[in-house]
Amino acid sequence: MDYLLTEQQVMIRDLARKIAEEKIRPVAAHYDETEEFAWPIMKVLADSDLFGVYLPEQYGGLGGGILDMCLVTEELSKACGGIALGYAGTGLGALPILLHGSEEQKKKYLPDIAAGKKLAAFCITEAEAGSDAGSIKTTARKEGGKYILNGTKQWITNAGEAEIYTVIASTDKSKGVRGASAFVVEKGTKGMEFGKKEKKLGIRASATREVIFTDCEIPAANLISREGMGFVIALKTFDCSRPGVAAQAVGIAQGALDHALDYSRTRVQFDQPISAFQAVQHMLADMGTQVEAARALVYATARMVDSGAKSVAKESAMAKLFASEVAMKVATDAVQIFGGYGYMRDYPVEKYMRDAKITQIYEGTSQIQRNVIAASMIKEAIKK
Amino acid sequence: MHIIVCIKQVPNTTDVRIDPVTNTLIREGVESVINPFDAYAIEEAVRLRERCGGRVTVLTMGPPQAENALREAIGLGCDEAVLVSDRKFAGSDTWATSYTLASAIKKIGDFDVILCGKQASDGDTAQVGPGISTHLDIPQVTYVKKIEEISAEKAKVERMTEEGYDVVETPLPCLFTVVKELNTPRMPSLKGMLRAKSAKPLKWTAEDIEADPAALGLDGSPTRVIKIFTPEPRKGGEMLKGDTADVAAELAELLKDIAL
Repeated sequence: MDYLLTEQQVMIRDLARKIAEEKIRPVAAHYDETEEFAWPIMKVLADSDLFGVYLPEQYGGLGGGILDMCLVTEELSKACGGIALGYAGTGLGALPILLHGSEEQKKKYLPDIAAGKKLAAFCITEAEAGSDAGSIKTTARKEGGKYILNGTKQWITNAGEAEIYTVIASTDKSKGVRGASAFVVEKGTKGMEFGKKEKKLGIRASATREVIFTDCEIPAANLISREGMGFVIALKTFDCSRPGVAAQAVGIAQGALDHALDYSRTRVQFDQPISAFQAVQHMLADMGTQVEAARALVYATARMVDSGAKSVAKESAMAKLFASEVAMKVATDAVQIFGGYGYMRDYPVEKYMRDAKITQIYEGTSQIQRNVIAASMIKEAIKK
Repeated sequence: MHIIVCIKQVPNTTDVRIDPVTNTLIREGVESVINPFDAYAIEEAVRLRERCGGRVTVLTMGPPQAENALREAIGLGCDEAVLVSDRKFAGSDTWATSYTLASAIKKIGDFDVILCGKQASDGDTAQVGPGISTHLDIPQVTYVKKIEEISAEKAKVERMTEEGYDVVETPLPCLFTVVKELNTPRMPSLKGMLRAKSAKPLKWTAEDIEADPAALGLDGSPTRVIKIFTPEPRKGGEMLKGDTADVAAELAELLKDIAL
């Protein structure tokens, strides 16, 4: 399908595709197996300017938007959803600064992110604050010109590898979610440590660790926006980042489908390629249709975000919900088409199935997305 | 440091066809790419600039569409591009081609290093690089696999041989032809590609480079292509079987017979 991308977007997509094919695909299994962080690939992405596609030109970016970021994430995810997350997770960490940061903060942090010199990470989740993100226990206490952070963030993507962390912490417990604030914390700040690296089902090339703050002092200037805005910033960030997760899901789904289609044409049973069987054909047709529908919804949502639309919460949630469910279904069916071979780790499709699962969980589970969608629908109905 | 890279546009090697009548490559309808060996030269030129400062000029001789290869080279980090293009160059062999490129380089002016791929994937002659250095009367080192040291006056490089490598020290300016062991070419960058889109390569004709008309194109080319053909495939060897001592004796007899 032709999505009428601009000339620059086609250039971005094609370059991301080339890197995915030539640089990521040959090493995807290696990083999945070893769970190492793919720094050599991050370097390639940085040198190719891909980290800056969605950032404004005055901060060293290419002036594109969320759609540009989605195009890159999708292409990289076709080859490896885990390595793609080093890229997408940096976007998630950068968005609070881009959306709500001061001019000084943008000037200080965004150029290094655009150049790929520094990765970023976003820290909200805690052991007892997952879907219920409002119940975070990490605190930030103001003392003179400083904030002092205490608490432990859990399952932080890019933790340990990233240099720039945007952290949601409570500045006023009595106010609940209205007492949360957002901060920038740089790696190396005294009192900031990383927990053990988690062992995961999928996206194993991505680093997932705790970020532990123990009397961690940061300058008051690192507060993003003002006190009490933390939760608003988090929600606005998710509105812009969820199309990115959705794009990752589309990429994983497309990558799995490409493998399944190729395999079905070469695998011979009962004296013919299995692609000759209607049972397989209908599976492929459904997979192809679902992936295209997901892509169309993701691009439309990303364009809406880029248009500056005031509220995109519902659409972003829809894109993320639909694309991640498609990714899980398509990757599972891809394994089914491969049959016994698909279950073997020597073949590439089982990884897509493992990688797909996370897209239904992080940045809001599918259930939370449905809550957001329904709440928006009901709110719209009341307004009518 | 001013580095000049000479590149050639070649048909994509996955798609080579020969015209059975003229014995020349069919170029129509075939995707053109930068000669793969030249990609290592471009990468090394950009690395030299990153190492020593300066600028990189990419040069090619070819039809107007060779401009695409120059744009690609700019996307990979070259600063300026020069296309020498003229109907008078048609039919150039390696001697006339290297004369033409050398004339263009004289017009470009000062340079410290010229880099060329060791050979082009279509003609496979490996003669143009050395030809340029001859026309310019500068030293050349072929099959360079590493530029170990380089300063304004001299360079120390490793030159690949069949058994290993030579270490060669040479004064600059010098021409190097390079092998794939030299580096891993980087991916293009978006900013480079955007720059390439708006870049305007210089376009020079035979007149612009003040070349001797008699030394150009078919007239300036001593080479005549009589025939291009696919050699007969070698027949399989003869396998001797049996006891080792008997086989050895038999082999010795056979070798004697063919007077080795």
